Amino acid sequence: MFSRAYRAAITLPPLLWVVMFLLVPYGLLFCYSFWSVSPSQTIVHSWTLDNYRELFRVNVYLQTLLRSMWIAARVMIFSLLLGYPLAYYLSFYAGARKDLFYQLVIIPLWVSYLVRAYAWKTILGSDGVLNTLLQYVHFTKHPLEFLLYSPFAVVLTLTHIYTPFAVLPIYAALEHIPRNLVEASHDLGASPLQTFWRVIFPLSIPGVLAGATFAFVLSLGDFLAPLLLGGPSGIMISNIVVSLFGAAYNWPLGAAISLCMLILVVSLLFLSEKLEKKWSFR
Amino acid sequence: MATTTEPVVTSAKSGLQPLLAIRNVAKSFGKNPVLRDISLQIAEGEFLTILGESGSGKTTLLRIIAGFESANSGEILMEGERLDLLPPYRRRVNTVFQHYALFPHLTVEENVGYGLRVAKLPKDEIAARVSEALAMVKMTAFARSKPGKISGGQQQRIALARALINRPRLLLLDEPLSALDANLRRQMQMELKSLQREVGISFVFVTHDQEEAMVMSDRIALLRMGELEQVASPREIYSHPATAYSAQFIGHTNLLRGEIKSGVVRCKSLSWRVGLPDGPALFSLRPENIRIVPSATAGSDINLVTFHGKIRHQAFHGATELLQIVCADGLTLSVRTAARENRQGELHLEFFPTDAVPVRESPEKRG
Repeated sequence: MFSRAYRAAITLPPLLWVVMFLLVPYGLLFCYSFWSVSPSQTIVHSWTLDNYRELFRVNVYLQTLLRSMWIAARVMIFSLLLGYPLAYYLSFYAGARKDLFYQLVIIPLWVSYLVRAYAWKTILGSDGVLNTLLQYVHFTKHPLEFLLYSPFAVVLTLTHIYTPFAVLPIYAALEHIPRNLVEASHDLGASPLQTFWRVIFPLSIPGVLAGATFAFVLSLGDFLAPLLLGGPSGIMISNIVVSLFGAAYNWPLGAAISLCMLILVVSLLFLSEKLEKKWSFR
Repeated sequence: MATTTEPVVTSAKSGLQPLLAIRNVAKSFGKNPVLRDISLQIAEGEFLTILGESGSGKTTLLRIIAGFESANSGEILMEGERLDLLPPYRRRVNTVFQHYALFPHLTVEENVGYGLRVAKLPKDEIAARVSEALAMVKMTAFARSKPGKISGGQQQRIALARALINRPRLLLLDEPLSALDANLRRQMQMELKSLQREVGISFVFVTHDQEEAMVMSDRIALLRMGELEQVASPREIYSHPATAYSAQFIGHTNLLRGEIKSGVVRCKSLSWRVGLPDGPALFSLRPENIRIVPSATAGSDINLVTFHGKIRHQAFHGATELLQIVCADGLTLSVRTAARENRQGELHLEFFPTDAVPVRESPEKRG
């Protein structure tokens, strides 16, 4: 068919890309996670499990990881609760305005993440828009402190940022449901509500799973929102990794945490793909 | 006395109140009229076929009866009560969809039991009726399969069982056989017809296939560009087509355009007596009603119209063949006759004047 040279020429660039930008960095990360730092702040290239012992011994790491997962879980749930009705409306009721609404979902993604996070800062701050308003209507005398620099602020911001990622796969799944199935359900005596729970929702599950995975995984690894809006109580695992690779200069421990995160995320993706397959019928 | 009056009463009753009455239904999509002033009645236990070309509005009419579309004007009554005001899920009407529309995430038995489950019937009753329905369509062995794993013909049976299990007053079928190959299709036509007789439910069957309509129906409603062209039994519509379109769409025909003057039709060189008023007239003459006769006997019976012509084309159809005959005056006629080896040359032909059925013109309609 094709000559060997031609085949080599087209396989080589992607292969090089994968090796240089995926395999080598992950390999280094893997190695680092089994090395250690000497008291004189140099990397000791001898194999040890100390980093992993440290990870499970010091409470702050596991606690932060659990908190990150809890934040990500809340973001996931709120994104689905907001995103599903939106996607449902878009797919079934928007009619001629479908394209417009679809663009309205997409456009926020064009705005820099940083700008959107800062926007929440000006809204939630102690002299921010929300607190000024609440004081103006005498809902509260002093600014509400929990609004900013809290897990609440992180969940709110991340939900805002990642909801479109939940909407799009759900919308795609709903668009794929043949409308004659909805008609068949009505024809067989099912009310609109019964039709939703018995036909539409089950057939949209692959989209829900994809949307949930996006929202959870993207939030879990987020580092800017907790940095800008999280405060001490809203720190997430990525912030710890960043400081370990930076000021704390403990690359081996940072690598160990990163690797654990990686394993967690990859298993989640694997699981969600398995479930999606189980729930798709075409 | 009572025994003689009873059938009279029931027939009078069914005559007064059909199962379904469609009255002056009209529908347009935007500026495009799809149905105009349709009035049609469907009797208890009747197999009615809505026959028409694509774009004739037949599927729209079916969807209006099912409740997926609403008419712009007119009304539909079921047993005297307004049906068109109810949402589809409250109508005692079920549909077999063109592409079956089986729920892909449910097994065959879950599909069949769907209507009973949403009606919240007791579990054991559902199970009993599902297995009965599966037995009826001979699909018991596939109860646990998903619809994606069974063939088109099997899906079709499941769609039928899923609709009939709800014991509807009326079953709507939207070209349910169109996706099947010819042999399976003929087999399913028979099965469907005998099933309909067995369950005694009225069927409204939509198709574009005139042969299918002829084989299965008690009556055919021929729809053309949103209007009913003719509603009659297959035999009636075949032997007495009301319009040129009816005659051409149902079966094959020759249309003879002529002029009547004092009880005699003249159509090119042909002429025969009719009891119709003077003026232009159009006749439908079926190809099988023209006979080939030996030249010796030609013209011996003065009650027959006789003529002769040359064979232009001979199309073999198995048991029969269709000949195209050109007469000296340029008149071209199709003749159906028992198939024979190659025919050639001049033929003598004849037909009964009564077989030339007067039909109305079917003018081109647009907009």
